[in-house]
Amino acid sequence: MPSSSSSTSAATAVADVTHPATTPGLQLPGRRLPLWLSGSSLLVSLLALLPLAFIIVISIQTGWETVARLVFRPRVGELLFNTSLLVVLTLPLCVALGIAMAWLTERSDLPARRVWSALAIAPLAVPAFVHSYAWISLLPAFNGLAAAVLLSVIAYFPFIYLPAAAALRRMDPALEDSAAALGLAPWARFRRVTLPQLRLAIWGGGLLVSLHLLAEYGLYAMIRFDTFTTAIFDQFQSSFNGPAANMLAGVLALCCLLLLSAEAATRGNARYARVGSGSARQTVPTRLGWRWGLPALLLCLATAALTLGVPLLTLGHWLWSGGREAWQNDALWPALRQTLLFGAAGALLTVLAAIPLAWLSVRAPSRLQRLQEGCNYITSSLPGIVTALALVTITINFARPLYQTVLTILLAYLLMFLPRALISLRAGIAQAPAELEYAARSLGCTPGKALWRVTLRLAAPGAAAGMAMVFLAISNELTATLLLAPNGTRTLATGFWAMTSEIDYIAAAPYALLMVLLSLPLTWLLHHHSKRTAGR
Amino acid sequence: MSSPSSRFAKITLLLASLFAGSAHAAPSAEGIVVYNAQHESLTKSWVEGFTKETGIKVTVRNGSDSEMGNQIVQEGASSPADVFLTENSPAMVLVDNAKLLAPLAPATLAQVDPAYRPAQGKWVGIAARSTVFVYNKNRLNQKELPKSLLDLAKPEWKGRWAAAPAGADFQAIVSALLEQKGEAATLAWLKAMKTNALPYKGNSVVMKAVNASQIDGGVIYHYYYFGDQSKTGENSKNTALHYFKQQDPGAFVSLSGGGVLASSKHKEEAQAFLKWVTGKGGQDILRTENSFEYAVGLGAQSNPKLVPLKNLDAPKIDASRLNSRKTVELMTQAGLL
Repeated sequence: MPSSSSSTSAATAVADVTHPATTPGLQLPGRRLPLWLSGSSLLVSLLALLPLAFIIVISIQTGWETVARLVFRPRVGELLFNTSLLVVLTLPLCVALGIAMAWLTERSDLPARRVWSALAIAPLAVPAFVHSYAWISLLPAFNGLAAAVLLSVIAYFPFIYLPAAAALRRMDPALEDSAAALGLAPWARFRRVTLPQLRLAIWGGGLLVSLHLLAEYGLYAMIRFDTFTTAIFDQFQSSFNGPAANMLAGVLALCCLLLLSAEAATRGNARYARVGSGSARQTVPTRLGWRWGLPALLLCLATAALTLGVPLLTLGHWLWSGGREAWQNDALWPALRQTLLFGAAGALLTVLAAIPLAWLSVRAPSRLQRLQEGCNYITSSLPGIVTALALVTITINFARPLYQTVLTILLAYLLMFLPRALISLRAGIAQAPAELEYAARSLGCTPGKALWRVTLRLAAPGAAAGMAMVFLAISNELTATLLLAPNGTRTLATGFWAMTSEIDYIAAAPYALLMVLLSLPLTWLLHHHSKRTAGR
Repeated sequence: MSSPSSRFAKITLLLASLFAGSAHAAPSAEGIVVYNAQHESLTKSWVEGFTKETGIKVTVRNGSDSEMGNQIVQEGASSPADVFLTENSPAMVLVDNAKLLAPLAPATLAQVDPAYRPAQGKWVGIAARSTVFVYNKNRLNQKELPKSLLDLAKPEWKGRWAAAPAGADFQAIVSALLEQKGEAATLAWLKAMKTNALPYKGNSVVMKAVNASQIDGGVIYHYYYFGDQSKTGENSKNTALHYFKQQDPGAFVSLSGGGVLASSKHKEEAQAFLKWVTGKGGQDILRTENSFEYAVGLGAQSNPKLVPLKNLDAPKIDASRLNSRKTVELMTQAGLL
């Protein structure tokens, strides 16, 4: 899910929360699964294990003594402290802001709720490192922990907002009514009835935010806040793929695994749906009145000003001062073309690779299949820099013909973003009746043909949504592209990065604008999707 | 016609043709690949001038000195690179020590001042840059400036200076210090730096911070200041440069290098490129455009706005002895990386 700077995994969070389980598939009795399907899904999952396997192999090869010398040193402690502090401070703020905004836009009579709701998601259209570009060019002294926390909240609180708003929309107001009838005051009602219902949203969104905090590079590099990811990049710049960088990557991967298992252990298995017949009635919005309405409006205004006002203002300022000349930059348009190409090819490849896994998970769920899916989820939650570093070392040492080729970078994108495609595709396949596929097979189609001619056509909207999400993740990806790109490659993200490194903010502005424009449709899609899954 | 498999084939074909269209991004048989650690804009001017004159196409891969030096060493004989350009010399020495460089054409070597190229002729200086202490004029006066780079390790400089330790520029300065003062003294200085200095990403960012009064001063190279002054001056208007001179480690002049890879399959074109860069065309770009790096060609003039190279009283250091690996190791040990 997270790559440094990708800001589009919210969809995954929404999908995780709103589709806790896919519909069980009809299994065709007495027929074996087509070999190519299970084979290719196994292959993709084995590929997904490459980065983790690589870290383990490298650690063994490096030898305990060197590993210990590189891992147990003050610098690693410092990075661990910085990174943990960042997570510990950012997460509660993200949760508080996300839930406050979600409650206000879903449950109160705040004026112009739809507008505020759209504005709460809109920061996702701005890549994280563009947020920090906007702030640093407005306030040059902006740096360190406080800056990192503020910017992280701004860039990532929609990951909490989205699932929380969806959950609030679906929630049956009868529960709260009963609590009120039993004499609970409004605040206690919120704490004891509403908040527990948001647990999945908070846990899932929180995990996503934390993984992004660990993976992000550009945002923190620009404001002089060192995390594991920035330190790995520094080491890479100083020694290509030396043991020190690889060991830092190992520690970072461990941190991610720790977060993943902590989330899995605490998620719990409580029920969140209403029990009994009938359907929930519409919620009556809570009246805020003047006393609460004004501060609520101010909160919304302040959030919009910080999350969108600052980027729009600074971007507008640099675009204005750059004038038409900034657009005549002869590297800009090739970068756009390169980005579109990488995005399109990566999205197509990722969705194709996800088809067997998605089909199996709907039509023939099994323990092995779930294990394979797990491999893909874990790898995609590792920071892009870890996957990229692994692929650099592997291709240069063992797969030289693949080294520095488009294929390798597409493989990295595939490993990083596969779950995005998987989730949408699975939802699509689940909606295509299995009977039609079986009918096609009984009429003489081979399994593959039946899948292609019937199910995949019906699942096309899901596949398209998955492709869009992968496409946009790729177009904002920075670190993996920097490490793996073939000679002469320049994407919008790397071009933007090169310009900001020379503090040429004017030349960087058109790159930033193009990235925002590319991300806008997805943000709209997310907004639309979260409304639809809530049944409105 | 519209059967799904034929549509799929069409899409695949379309994508394949798009990639074929972008094939110029990959190394092609007709041109050369330059692994470039020099400033992108400077190399771009060189490449444009060279291609215009010779018609030889050049593909550039950008990165930092040590990253690309180590990369070439790992790639070994199958490196796609034909030419390697560095900002500083330690990474070039790394590649040279791995015996991966081809001897340069005598005509190329003859164009460069002997003081700015190693005697063995495996690589050559293409430009030079001077270490400076950039300081905020409102926060420091002449008297308070450090006399030596080593002074910055003293307690009174705690929290008052900045540098970009992950950058190759600063690492070259450290490698010179290592060559001059030895391992123990360098490590001690680096450890003091860990306490005293604020780490930034990039020299221009250091200068920007000094300019914005976030910090008193920083160790960078001279041309960032001149480059900014030639544009808006926005990031340097409150700053001035202090040259250490007196052969101090802080007066180190770093040599940007160029070399042709022994594994190059386009040696002739690669040699021609370096001949052009060190010749009149390439060295004139250093004087006339906004790079503000020193020209090193025999009789070539640097930008008149610069303090002349010969007045800098730089320490005499054999560029071919600078050790990038040891430097990174010491910096990792000091906790800077």
